[in-house]
Amino acid sequence: MALTRADVEKVALLARLSLGEDEVELLTAQLGDIVRYVDQLAELNTEGVEPLAHAVELTNVFREDEVEASLPREDALASAPRQDGECYLVPAVLGE
Amino acid sequence: MSLVDASAAESLAELAAGRVSAVELTEACLAQIDAHDERVGAFLHVRREAALEEAAGIDRRRAAGESLGALAGLSVAIKDNMCLRGETTTCASRMLADFRPPYDATVVDRLRAADAVIIGKTNLDEFAMGGSTENSALGETRNPWDLGRAPGGSSGGSAAAVAARMVPLAVGSDTGGSIRQPAGLCGVTGMKPTYGRVSRRGLVAFASSLDQIGPLARTAEDAALLLEALAGHDPRDATSVPRKVPAYREGLAKPLKGLRVGIVPEQFAAGLDAQVEASVREGLRVLESLGATIREVALPHSAAGVATYYIIAPCEASSNLARYDGAHYGFRSESTEPTRDAHSREEDNPLVSMYRRTRAGGFGAEVKRRIMLGTYALSAGYYDAYYLKALRVRRLIRQDFDRAFAEVDLLAGPVTASSAFELGEKVDDPLAMYLVDLFTVGANLAGIPGISIPCGFDEGGLPIGLQLQAPPFEEECLLRAAHQFQTATDWHQRRPPL
Repeated sequence: MALTRADVEKVALLARLSLGEDEVELLTAQLGDIVRYVDQLAELNTEGVEPLAHAVELTNVFREDEVEASLPREDALASAPRQDGECYLVPAVLGE
Repeated sequence: MSLVDASAAESLAELAAGRVSAVELTEACLAQIDAHDERVGAFLHVRREAALEEAAGIDRRRAAGESLGALAGLSVAIKDNMCLRGETTTCASRMLADFRPPYDATVVDRLRAADAVIIGKTNLDEFAMGGSTENSALGETRNPWDLGRAPGGSSGGSAAAVAARMVPLAVGSDTGGSIRQPAGLCGVTGMKPTYGRVSRRGLVAFASSLDQIGPLARTAEDAALLLEALAGHDPRDATSVPRKVPAYREGLAKPLKGLRVGIVPEQFAAGLDAQVEASVREGLRVLESLGATIREVALPHSAAGVATYYIIAPCEASSNLARYDGAHYGFRSESTEPTRDAHSREEDNPLVSMYRRTRAGGFGAEVKRRIMLGTYALSAGYYDAYYLKALRVRRLIRQDFDRAFAEVDLLAGPVTASSAFELGEKVDDPLAMYLVDLFTVGANLAGIPGISIPCGFDEGGLPIGLQLQAPPFEEECLLRAAHQFQTATDWHQRRPPL
C-alpha cells in the first residue's frame, strides 16, 4: 500500500511529532519502502494461528498488596524540566 | 602479558592470589581508555574517580579478609541505556542528554553486589535503535579493527570497548541482534540470554517483548562469569522468570561429544559473503572435530523474520517512547510558538505543541522513523493487517524453532552476512540497515538465547562471527559449546591493530 504525504502528516500528529517539510518528504519515501517490504507478511497463511505477544507466555504475576516505600516525590520531580516542588508544570490547556 | 590482555577469569585468579590489586587493574583499563578511546569512541562517560574509589574499597575489604562478590575487582562497562542512580544515563539521545535516574537498574544492583567496578557507560544507537552505533546523537564509535568501519550496533560501544581491551567485561542489550551483531563485527563474544533470564528493570525500554540484557567479553568463560552475576529472578520485573541460575562456569569443561548441531541451508544461500561462509563452515568443522554432529534443519518462516520484527519492534517502541513528553524528565522545548500544519489545528493547544516540539527536537531521525512506523502500524485500519498479523507470524517463527530443537541441541550459522561495513555506508538506506539483522532477529522473536563467537577473519583483517542458538534456558549448552570452540581455536585472542 502506498503511503501518502497526508498519511505521514496524520501519523506525525498521532505520534506527537512535528515534522519539517523535508522530513515529511523523506519519511513518505522511506516509510513507503519499509511498508512495501513488510507487506510480504500478507502472503503468509496465518489462519488459525494465535498471536504471540510474548516469547515467555507468563500468566499474571501477582504479589501481596502490601504498602512499600516508593520513590520520594523530591526524587521523582528532580529530573523534571519544570516543577514547583509538588507538581510537574506543563503549558495550560484550559483557558483562564 | 599486560593486565588488559588477561581474561576476567585470569584476573580473578591473580586478584585472589594477591598478585594484582583491583586498583592496578582499574588503572590499567583507564590507561587503555586514555590511549585509544579518543579514536575508538567506545565510551560516553568514564567514571574515573568513582571506579578507582570502588576498586580501592574492594582491595581494602580483601585485605581485611572479608568475603567478596564473584566479580570483585573486575572492570565492567555498561551500555548507556541502563540506569545508574544519579549519573547520566543518556541512551545516546538528546532527549536524555542530562537525565540522571533516581534509581539503579537491577543489573547495576547485581554488579555492585558482585563487587564489580563500574568503569563507565558505553555508546549505542539512540535508544538502541540501529545496527551501527551511527544513530548515536552523542558520539561516534569506530570499529577497533578498522577505524573507518562501524562497530555494529546497537551495543557498539560495549563491543568496541571489549575488543580494544579497555575492559574485560561489558553489558549490552539485544532487541534484534544488538549484542550478537556488534560482538560479531568486533571479534568478541556476546550473548543474548533467554527472554526473562535477566531483569530488564532499569533498562530503558525500546521493545519490551524483545529487549534482553546480556554479557560481552573476550571469552565464553568470561561471558559465563558475567551472565551468572546478571541473571536471576527480579520481583520488580514481572517478565523475569523465577528459575534458578545455573553455575554456568562449572559446566564449561564438559566435552561436546554427541552434541547435535543444526544448520539452516537458507543461511548459506546467495547474499552470504564468500569469506564469511568459508569461516563459518570452518567453524562447523571445528565443532565436528570436538564431537558434535551436524545436520540440516528447516526454519521455514525465517525469511519473514525481519518484516515481522520491523512491525513488532516499532509498534512497541512507539508506545514505550510516548513517555518522553517534556513533562516528567528529559529534554523539553521551551518554544511557545504553536505547531501549525494541516492536521494540527484540530488538536492545537499549547500542551500538544509542547509535546510535538519537544519530541521533534529530542529524537534523532531513526527514532522518529520507528515511532512513525509503529504509530502507523497500530493506527486505526492497520492494526490487524500489520501488528496482529506480525504477532501471528511470530508464533510461526517460534514453532519453527521448537520443531528444529526437537531434532538438534543447537543451531549454528553466521551472525551477519558480511563483515563490518564502512561508516556512512548504510545510514541513508534504513531498509538496507534493517536487513543486517536477518540472522539475529529470530532469537528475539522466539525468546531463545543466542551467542556470537569469533570464527575467523576476512582478507581485510575484519572479524567474522559464528552464531549459536539454543532452546529457552539452555545458556549452559551455548556457553559450553562456545568455550569448547575457544579451546580449539584462537580467533578470540587476536588483538586489533590499534
